Amino acid sequence: MMEALVEFNWMRIPWALLTVFIVFNYGFLMTALIQKIAARVGRRHGIPIWQNYIDLIKNYALRTSITHGVMFYLGPVFRLSGGVGLLLFVPTIYGSDMFSNFSFAGDLILALYFVFFGTLGMALGAAESGHPYSAIGITRGLSQMTAAELPFALAVFAVALQYQTLSITDIVAAQQGGVLNWTLFTNPFAVAAAMMSFLGSMMRPPFDVVLAPQEIPIGPPTEYHSSFLAMMQTNRALFPIAKIVVYMNLFFGGAASWPVLFLKVFLIYMVSAFVGVVFPRFRVEQSIRWFLIWAVPLGILAVVLV
Amino acid sequence: MVMQALYDTLKQRFPLGELTVQRDNLAFITVEAVRLYPLLRYLRDHEGFSHLVLLTAVDWLEDGQFQLTYLLNNRAKCQDVGLRVMIPRDKPEMESIHDLWPAAATYQRELREMFGIDFPGSPRLEEEFILEGWHGIPPYRRDFDTLAYARETFRDRPGRETRDPAQHMKQQLYGDKGDV
Amino acid sequence: MKEELLKRIVKTPDGQEIEVDPLLDYYCQEGPTVQPPAYTAIIEKLFNWARSESLWILGFGTGCGAIEMRPLMTPRFDAYRYGIQWRPTPRQSNLFVISGYLSTKTLKRVIRSYEQMQGPKYVVGLGSCTINGGMYWDSYNTIKRLDDYLPVDVYIAGCMPRPEALLAGFEELKKIIRAGKAEGANLYAKNFEWYKANQKSVIHDWDMPDYNW
Repeated sequence: MMEALVEFNWMRIPWALLTVFIVFNYGFLMTALIQKIAARVGRRHGIPIWQNYIDLIKNYALRTSITHGVMFYLGPVFRLSGGVGLLLFVPTIYGSDMFSNFSFAGDLILALYFVFFGTLGMALGAAESGHPYSAIGITRGLSQMTAAELPFALAVFAVALQYQTLSITDIVAAQQGGVLNWTLFTNPFAVAAAMMSFLGSMMRPPFDVVLAPQEIPIGPPTEYHSSFLAMMQTNRALFPIAKIVVYMNLFFGGAASWPVLFLKVFLIYMVSAFVGVVFPRFRVEQSIRWFLIWAVPLGILAVVLV
Repeated sequence: MVMQALYDTLKQRFPLGELTVQRDNLAFITVEAVRLYPLLRYLRDHEGFSHLVLLTAVDWLEDGQFQLTYLLNNRAKCQDVGLRVMIPRDKPEMESIHDLWPAAATYQRELREMFGIDFPGSPRLEEEFILEGWHGIPPYRRDFDTLAYARETFRDRPGRETRDPAQHMKQQLYGDKGDV
Repeated sequence: MKEELLKRIVKTPDGQEIEVDPLLDYYCQEGPTVQPPAYTAIIEKLFNWARSESLWILGFGTGCGAIEMRPLMTPRFDAYRYGIQWRPTPRQSNLFVISGYLSTKTLKRVIRSYEQMQGPKYVVGLGSCTINGGMYWDSYNTIKRLDDYLPVDVYIAGCMPRPEALLAGFEELKKIIRAGKAEGANLYAKNFEWYKANQKSVIHDWDMPDYNW
């Protein structure tokens, strides 16, 4: 035990925090950019690119807030720790000591768990707020997340089987040496299934019935306000980027430097953004059916082929 | 002509009051309160007036009467016929027609609240319809003074002016040379 | 008062009899408190700037003016440029636009929604109906002065004001917020008794707790 403590490189902690900081800012600008793209599609100017920062400051600056109990507090905390945890246990930059964070031999399993963690925490918190809309939103959210998670899990199994490892670093290492070594080309079915699941878990149209303000008013966060909401906003910037980093590592060859990471994350994010502005919103039962009919068979096929 | 023919057919079965033809496809017939229900049912079942367009009331304060107007529509022939019923103001009570058209129950709730006309047997009649916690005489009766009520309930903001629009515009457009 | 809000005896599944008073049991009785600016001047200034640049409007149209707010979302006016957006729940919004005439029945809902918003919160009165009753000055069912019932920061005159006037009004509100003068929530807490007395004088069936948060 003591040896492990001594061996642990303490410099990793500030580097990991730096990663979180960079990704947080990148996520905020990304979210604003996506909103701006959606606005331009609607021929509007849209929000200023720094608007989300102002909203965040404002929400922290609100003078009053009320609580509905302990779980109500913990909901956003769980949500944020889901995002941060996902980021911290995944190697952000391949081959960099500084930004490999706390990745270890079995981090793929942990990443899978963290993807779901926030939603579960949210479910507990929103349920305690006692608002019926929150409960409805949570029911919808969990069913859709579960359906979307299924093809992703299958794709991850396929990838793990393919490379015979559960370490994300090793998976990235196996994809080095040219574009054709990426999982995208070595195992296209797994990537297709995972990308479909990706659309579903990004909470953008056509799969955003859970959170859309026009539906059951805004769903799970109905009762959340002031700093609770600010915390969730932080997570909404952080979490998609963290998730995309996982996708990038598993399927698109990882990134060896920050510019490459920014570029790849941007491109993968754009997939969901463009699908979002083009297609109308699915209802929950429609989206579940869509995942089960189109994405799951692809995932199974990927596992079988491997 | 069509409406006159309809009136004549109806006249053979029911004692009717006077007929007012507004258009080729719109007429009003005055009937007694007791004749209304069978007449409505006949119109609905045999003459094709299947749609109750509206049920409303007029307060004839000077005559001491409420006038109820039942407007029916014949979709196929594109005709409307209105039935006018006068009921005494001091005992405002009318037979409910919610079993002919379920929608009538809503109209009757409204009339009950706004005019104080009673429709015994109509569902949810006692519930509040639009007004919440209204005490005092029903607001659509003409002896209810809405201006006095508003003055004593809501505070005025000082400085409000009221002008006669015609005079005001004349002043605006022609100034002092107004009366030419 | 509605039946389900009355005090009554309820029998539990195991045969116990308990007394239920919904207004006391389900709601918190605590009134609003004055929340003075808590930080040093420079931070408070930053916060005021952030508050002014991020106005979240409660999507609650009380009267005909609601139709004038919709064009603000469209490409022609695009209020999102100014940090203005609409939120579906009172918890997350901090600007209440009273859009036009306010009947006493709607006033009740408006008060409930307003009290659920988190401070600092602002109220904008839209149209002449909120100022002095407008064309409903002699109506038995429409309030005349909005500031008798809620603390109003900005009035936008007109019947109805055009969307441009709304944008101008919002810019005016931003100036007030930046100057630190938009303390409506504190005003409400300070004069709580007076506001409640006014509200209860027009809402005859008061079937809710005095302060709903």
